[in-house]
Amino acid sequence: MLDWVAGVGRSTLNIFTVLGRSGLTMYQALVAVPDWRVQFPLLVRQLYFVGVLSVIIIVVSALFIGMVLGLQGYTILVDYGSEQAVGQMVALTLTRELAPVVAALLFAGRAGSALTAEIGLMKATEQLASMEMIGVDPLRRIIAPRFWAGFISLPVLVAIFNVVGIWGGSLVSVDWLGVDSGSFWANMQNSVDFADDVINGMIKAVVFGAVVTWIAVFQGYDLVPTSEGISKATTRTVVYSSLAVLGLDFVLTALMFGDF
Amino acid sequence: MVSDNVIVRVRDMSFYRGERAIYDEVNIDIPQGKITAIMGPSGTGKTTLLRLIGGQLRPDAGVIEVAGKNIARMSRKELFAVRSRMGMLFQSGALFSDLSVFENVAFPLRVHTQLPEDMISDLVLLKLQAVGLRGAAELMPAELSGGMARRVALARAIALDPDIVMYDEPFAGQDPIAMGVVVQLISKLNKALGHTAIIVSHDIQETFSIADYVYVVADGQVLARGTPEELQATDQMQVKQFIQGLPDGPVPFHYPAMSVAEQFS
Repeated sequence: MLDWVAGVGRSTLNIFTVLGRSGLTMYQALVAVPDWRVQFPLLVRQLYFVGVLSVIIIVVSALFIGMVLGLQGYTILVDYGSEQAVGQMVALTLTRELAPVVAALLFAGRAGSALTAEIGLMKATEQLASMEMIGVDPLRRIIAPRFWAGFISLPVLVAIFNVVGIWGGSLVSVDWLGVDSGSFWANMQNSVDFADDVINGMIKAVVFGAVVTWIAVFQGYDLVPTSEGISKATTRTVVYSSLAVLGLDFVLTALMFGDF
Repeated sequence: MVSDNVIVRVRDMSFYRGERAIYDEVNIDIPQGKITAIMGPSGTGKTTLLRLIGGQLRPDAGVIEVAGKNIARMSRKELFAVRSRMGMLFQSGALFSDLSVFENVAFPLRVHTQLPEDMISDLVLLKLQAVGLRGAAELMPAELSGGMARRVALARAIALDPDIVMYDEPFAGQDPIAMGVVVQLISKLNKALGHTAIIVSHDIQETFSIADYVYVVADGQVLARGTPEELQATDQMQVKQFIQGLPDGPVPFHYPAMSVAEQFS
């Protein structure tokens, strides 16, 4: 019994130590006056690797998810003769929930794991240590641009997800299944509120972007520099970010749309 | 003996990894403008010593002073300023894998100076010429052999003409020609520019040929110190065994284990 209590205490302490360390790491990386001459080209490069290279997977997934939503929505709504409402259903589902959550999960798998592995390998091959010895802080040079790139990229990817998803929904329901195009778009316009739905979805995207990238860069920076350490940290990035995204989604949804 | 002009002073320094003492109250003086070698069997924490001097690790007790200042007490900013006057050659080379050879060597120059591009280019090519790799300037680190990568890293370590250069196993993995060049290069840099050199190595011949002063470390202690001649004349058994490379002696070759008879019975 005592062992069990001690074990719980030890793991709780560990969790808080890691949280504290990751908080301090990010503080040292991000809180400083940026030298734009140096930081801007680094940021652009990372925006390409983290953001632009994720566009394909986001577009393809959004298209299929939009098409599935259109199809499922139609088959349910047509029984009640209200298949015109499929436009509003697709748009609300995407903007409020599916676009930020699915994009964040895909982003964690595509970009987050890559960030962890890249930083981890830099650590294992002493690149971070040699950068320190040259007198350049790797937190500012390696971690900061990668974090900001993720933070900026995810909301943009979510916006793309929304647009492509809705287009996918219209492809299936309007062009294939013959829902009236006027009602499809008019219903969507009437029911989707820019502030309540689109902006709230984007707020989720901003939060997820920060959390996923934070987890990814910290796991890379803090890992044990061996091949086993890198593989474990990469797995942890995907698992922790996915859980964090799903958990935070519930909390944010409750705050934004909960009626209490 | 050690001159009065000591640039790195290690006093009663202890460093632990877990329970194990890597260093136990050691005292080391690195004289300015000289070549000092730190030698010892593998796994005795020679690289750790370089990291302690560079401020990447902090000692658990004692003091490490670089140019009169306690390195463990420095703020992050001060530390990075001191490091810009130090060069370090890492054992693996540690080249930045996303930059070309040229950009790797140019990196410290771009970070710490405001020199115009053509001057940076000249300096980089000069440093690469010194290590015989001017022709490899446009290659990426992945295209280099281990020995070549180490020589590029050496060019990068000396790009800023630092006051102190720390070499971690500079001779390992070099072919005989490159090894000769590296030995000469370290010696020349020291003689011509007055760099203080700290060499960590177990290549006895090469190290003894250029070192002014040698420390032999093992088991967390400084076993012996002196000029190469003094050490070669020593009758301390442990040091003798190490220098002459004898398998039998007070330093066990085998990792602690049960006896052979027990193992195979």
